[in-house]
Amino acid sequence: MSAAPAFDKARGEGRAALVGYLPAGFPDVPGAIDALKVMVDAGVDVVEIGLPYSDPVMDGPTIQAAAQQALDGGVRTADVLRTVEAVAATGAPTLIMTYWNPVERYGVDRFARDLASAGGAGLITPDLTPDSGAEWIAAADAHDLDKVFLVAPSSTDERIAMTVDNCRGFVYATAVMGVTGVRTSTSDLAQPLVARTKKVTDLPVGVGLGVSNGDQAAEIAAYADGVIVGSAFVRTLLDAGADRAAGHAALAVLTEDLAAGVRRA
Amino acid sequence: MSGSYDADESGYFGDFGGRFMPEALVAALDELTEAWQEATADETFRADFDAILRDYAGVPSPLYDAARLSEQVGARILLKREDLNHTGAHKIRNVLGQALLTKRMGKKRVIAETGAGQHGVASATAAAYFGLDCTVYMGAVDVKRQALNVARMNLLGAKVVSVESGSATLKDAINEALRDWVATVDHTAYLFGTAAGPHPFPSMVRDFCRGIGDEARAQCLELTGRLPDVVAACVGGGSNAIGAFTAFLDDPDVAIWGFEAGGDGVETGRHAATIFAGDSGVLHGARTYVLQDEDGQTIESHSISAGLDYPGVGPQHSHLAKTGRATYLPVTDAEAMEALALLSRTEGIIPAIESAHAVAGALREAKALVAEKGPDTTILINLSGRGDKDMDTVTQWFKLGEYEEEAGQ
Repeated sequence: MSAAPAFDKARGEGRAALVGYLPAGFPDVPGAIDALKVMVDAGVDVVEIGLPYSDPVMDGPTIQAAAQQALDGGVRTADVLRTVEAVAATGAPTLIMTYWNPVERYGVDRFARDLASAGGAGLITPDLTPDSGAEWIAAADAHDLDKVFLVAPSSTDERIAMTVDNCRGFVYATAVMGVTGVRTSTSDLAQPLVARTKKVTDLPVGVGLGVSNGDQAAEIAAYADGVIVGSAFVRTLLDAGADRAAGHAALAVLTEDLAAGVRRA
Repeated sequence: MSGSYDADESGYFGDFGGRFMPEALVAALDELTEAWQEATADETFRADFDAILRDYAGVPSPLYDAARLSEQVGARILLKREDLNHTGAHKIRNVLGQALLTKRMGKKRVIAETGAGQHGVASATAAAYFGLDCTVYMGAVDVKRQALNVARMNLLGAKVVSVESGSATLKDAINEALRDWVATVDHTAYLFGTAAGPHPFPSMVRDFCRGIGDEARAQCLELTGRLPDVVAACVGGGSNAIGAFTAFLDDPDVAIWGFEAGGDGVETGRHAATIFAGDSGVLHGARTYVLQDEDGQTIESHSISAGLDYPGVGPQHSHLAKTGRATYLPVTDAEAMEALALLSRTEGIIPAIESAHAVAGALREAKALVAEKGPDTTILINLSGRGDKDMDTVTQWFKLGEYEEEAGQ
C-alpha cells in the first residue's frame, strides 16, 4: 500500500488531498475506528492514525489530552495495528504517525511486517529523521511501506534534499515552528517551505499547519498537494464528550467543510 | 581532549546516544554543536569559563580527606566537595558553561527544565549573571514539593512554568521545554540540565562538568601520591557522575561506580535504577537505557531524591555500563538516608540526598574491596551537592525537630 495513488487521484481532479488524523484508542479503540470511518466517508483521502505515546514532545495540549485519554484507557500497540486494519479496509490509504520508541520496542522489522499485513501504507515519524533512521528505512523498503519524514522551516536546503530522497508516499511539511494545535491564522512560513521542497522532489508535499476550517484548507491547497488536519478533528471529538452520535455528526460537518476547501483552491 | 569512551561525530557512544529529534530542531542542534566546538577550541572562551568558575562559583572545590568517616569504614574516603560551589551543587558548572556559550551565540533568552529545582535555580542564577531572560519548566508535582526553590528562582528573576501534562514531573518538564524550544529556537537556548538528550548535549554537558574529575585526579595525586582505587558518584541523568568519571576512564586500575536511585527497592518496581533495571530505548532524543513498559511507554520513576527521579540516563553511562568500564548499582531510599545521617554526624557535612546515594553505595560496595586490598584502599566520592534543599524530606524521614524543655521552668 501507499498514499501515492490518493495524491495522484486528487492531483488528477485538480485539487489537494485531505489528510485526516486521530489518535488510536481515542475516545476508545472502537470509538476511534468509528470516527475515522466517518471521516473517510465524509471526504478524507488519506488517514493518519496516531500511536499514543507517554512523551509526545511535538504535540500541543489538544492531541496530548487525547493521547493521554487513550493511554489511560489502556490502548496497546497491537490495538493501534488493529485500528489500522479496520480503517484501511475502507480503501483509504492509512498511515501511522508515531514517535520512535514504541516502534523500536516492538521491533522495527516486526512493526513494518505487521503494519503491512494490516494493510497499512506506512509511517510518519515526527522524531525520526532519515539520518537516524537507517533501520526503519530498510524495514520499510523490505515491506513495501511509505516513509514519510518531515521538513521544517528551519531545515537547510541540504537537509530538505536529503529528507525527500528518503521519503516515499509524500513529504510532510511542518509549516510552523511549534507544536501541533489549531491556529487562527495560516503561517507565512508554509509557502516558501513548500516551494523549497518542490524544487527538489516530485513527491506530493502535504502541509500540517493547525488548519481548522475550509477557508484555511483552500489557502494551503493553492500551493500544496495535501492539507493535513489533526487537532481540529480531535478538538471536535473532545468537545462532543460522551455523546458519540453528536461527535460523529460534527466530525462529518468539519470534514465536508475541509473537503470543500481543498477543492476550491 | 578526546578519550576512548567519547562519542563519534554523530554523537554515538557505541550503541547509545545519537539524535532522535524533530527535524525542526536539527538546525539548532547543528548550530549549537558548531558553536560549542568552536568555543572549545577558543582559548579566550576557555579562559573566560575558568575565570567565572573561579571568581563566581568557587571552583575548584576542595578534595577533603574525611578522616572520621574513613576510620569508621576502614578505608580512606576522599570527598570531592561540589556541595561548596555557588548554589550548592556541581550544576553551576554546566549552566555557566552553557550560558557563556549562549552569550557567545548572541541569543537573549534561555529555557531550562528542572526536577527538584536545583538546575532551575542554577539556570536562573546564570541568567541573572549574564543578563539573559529565563523561563524554567517544572512539573506541577515538583512545584508543590519544592516551594523554596520556586521562590529562589522567582527572586533571581526567572519565570517558573508549572507543567500539568503527563505525570507532571521532570520528564514532562523536559517535554514542555522542548515544545517551547521548537517555537522559539531562533532566539532561545535550551540549557539542558544533565548529560542526556540529543547530541551535542551529552558531550557538551560532560565537558562543562569534567572539571570535577580533572581537579579531583590532580588533587588526589597531590594528597596521596597515587590515583584512587575507586571513583564513585550518584547517577540520575548523570552529569555529576560523568563529570567525575571522565578524567579516570583511561586509568584502567581505577574502578568506576555509579549509584542509581533504588527507591523502595528495585524488586518493588518503585525506583529510578534506569541502567540496572531498564532496557535500551529512545527517550528525549537519545538512545539509552529507559524505564519503559512492553510497548515502549515510559514508566514513571520513583526516588526520595528528586534529582535522581528520572526514567532515562545519559547515553555515555549506558555505553560505560555495556562495555563494563563502569558498574552501576541501585541504592535504596533507606540506605541513602542512613548515609546522609552518618555523614552529617561523623563529618559535619549534610549532603544532598542525591549525593548520599553515592556515599551509601560506595561504603556498601567498599567492604569487599577493603577485605581484598586492606585499609589503604582509597575511595573518591563525588559529593555533588549540599542538603539544605532536602531538609523538609530529611525532617519527615527522621522525625526531626524535637527538643528538650529546659529543666526547672
